[in-house]
Amino acid sequence: MNVLPFQVVQNEPLLRARGVTIDYQSDRGIVRATQDVSFDVWRGDRFVLLGPSGCGKSTLLKAAGGFIAPRAGSLQLDGETIFKPGPDRIVVFQEFDQLPPWKTVKENVMFPLLAGGIQGKKIGRKEAEARAMDWLARVGLAPFADAYPHTLSGGMKARVAIARALAMQPEILLMDEPFAALDALTRRRMQEELQALWDDTPFTMLFVTHSIEEALVVGNRILLLSPHPGRVRAEINSHQYGLHSAGSPEFQATASRIHHLLFGDGGAAHDEPALAVQS
Amino acid sequence: MSAGANLTWEPPVRPEYEVPLAPAPGAVHSVAAAGAAVPAARAPGTVERLVQFGWLRKGLLLLAIAVLWEAMARWTDNDLLLPGFLQTAKALAEGTLSGELPRYIGVSLWVLLQGYLAGVLGAFLLTLLAMSTRIGRDLLETLTAMFNPLPAIALLPVALLWFGLGKGSLVFVLMHSVMWPLALNTYAGFRSVPDTLRMAGRNYGLGSVRMVTQILVPAALPAILSGLKIGWAFAWRTLIAAELVFGTTSGQGGLGWYIFQSRNELFTDKVFAGLAAVILIGLLFENIVFQQVERLTVRRWGMQR
Repeated sequence: MNVLPFQVVQNEPLLRARGVTIDYQSDRGIVRATQDVSFDVWRGDRFVLLGPSGCGKSTLLKAAGGFIAPRAGSLQLDGETIFKPGPDRIVVFQEFDQLPPWKTVKENVMFPLLAGGIQGKKIGRKEAEARAMDWLARVGLAPFADAYPHTLSGGMKARVAIARALAMQPEILLMDEPFAALDALTRRRMQEELQALWDDTPFTMLFVTHSIEEALVVGNRILLLSPHPGRVRAEINSHQYGLHSAGSPEFQATASRIHHLLFGDGGAAHDEPALAVQS
Repeated sequence: MSAGANLTWEPPVRPEYEVPLAPAPGAVHSVAAAGAAVPAARAPGTVERLVQFGWLRKGLLLLAIAVLWEAMARWTDNDLLLPGFLQTAKALAEGTLSGELPRYIGVSLWVLLQGYLAGVLGAFLLTLLAMSTRIGRDLLETLTAMFNPLPAIALLPVALLWFGLGKGSLVFVLMHSVMWPLALNTYAGFRSVPDTLRMAGRNYGLGSVRMVTQILVPAALPAILSGLKIGWAFAWRTLIAAELVFGTTSGQGGLGWYIFQSRNELFTDKVFAGLAAVILIGLLFENIVFQQVERLTVRRWGMQR
């Protein structure tokens, strides 16, 4: 590929969240999802939002995508406040139904290219097709270009979604627990492949997960969030860890440090604070 | 079970082993046809194979019914009350060849098409309104709840008062029979489109019109098709009934009028031929037209089995 834009020295973060507080309406009234969350994502980051369920990590990601407006604070991309969804921030969802079933794999990848263009520029059908095939080849799905999504396995659907997102060359890729619905072996493979894609053509990514191991393996920087409502607990470097170091003592030490930060020193026993209080 | 029992039942420690992987029989390389490579244990016999065809079984059943019908007709021996199968088939063939029956059918289908399209248009306008405003949603829910249980044919007297005898009243009742079930189905279909798909559409910067045409309509197609099918079935039945009762003075009549007229002239075989034509056309649309559309769309996409 061509020269990467973020190899120049950066002096500004790409995505800047400042004091983001998000409320949402539920059956039982207004619930606070996140409170006063601030973080910076730089170009080339594999930035992970990590926390137990209820910490508002997915909500934060959707706010970065422009689907939810924060009640207070701001989210800025390249200095511009985010106020609606756009093709410069492509989301990869967890659900398999993110791929329209009436489009073949190739058409699925072409769809946003034709609808949104690349970085604001409209492109023709031919170019979109060439680009779609290029990205399908990179995720190893070129032979399945004309298959319909319902004939694919879960891992293959996740690959299509990733190829579709990366083909758009978004400023930032927003991944909402993309591998959570996959089985453990496939998940590990997808983590490897995502890493390989990033090594090949680095991109900026905001990655939401509830797995400490996945966060350490996938990310280079991790924002820890505590639940009810989501508040920042810590920000941790994990650029030194990859899949190869998953068993190392340092890796285990960082993992247990994260566990400690999220759940206190009792470990798994504090997973259910309500039970712990009652006993 | 006490904890002590576990200790006495300690399983033995067995040696580990590794073996080279035995080759899989008939390894499939094309993933698309994964199920096709399993060889059948035994080739099924001719009868066994023929029984597999649903159309053959149903065809035999139809043949049995025809034979029974013919036998009853001969036993009754009264052409006026019960013409036989062969006599009806002859009347049907003669009517078709003379061009009499096709003309009546043409008139019916032309009126049906107009009413159907008017109903489809009305349903889509109503759904559009329901999708965009809250009052539109209330309107749709109230109107469908009110009018869905009302048989279209019951509106015909009123229609005759308003539009007079003729095509106008027929189109009006047909529209009524199509519009409510279709609007109800389409609206339910739109509402059940997964959130993820909507968000993906917004993510790519689709405007509201492209959102409807490129995401909502294809995603809701199974529901829309079933609404169109129900609407067609209602409309066809309504039309024949309306023509039977009121289509008599509308210049040129349709299939229902043909049946009515034949009864007046005591051509009972023609009455039966007309009924057979009603059944055949109904079958043709429901089992061939709609089934083909489904096969090419929602079934191919894995949205419906």
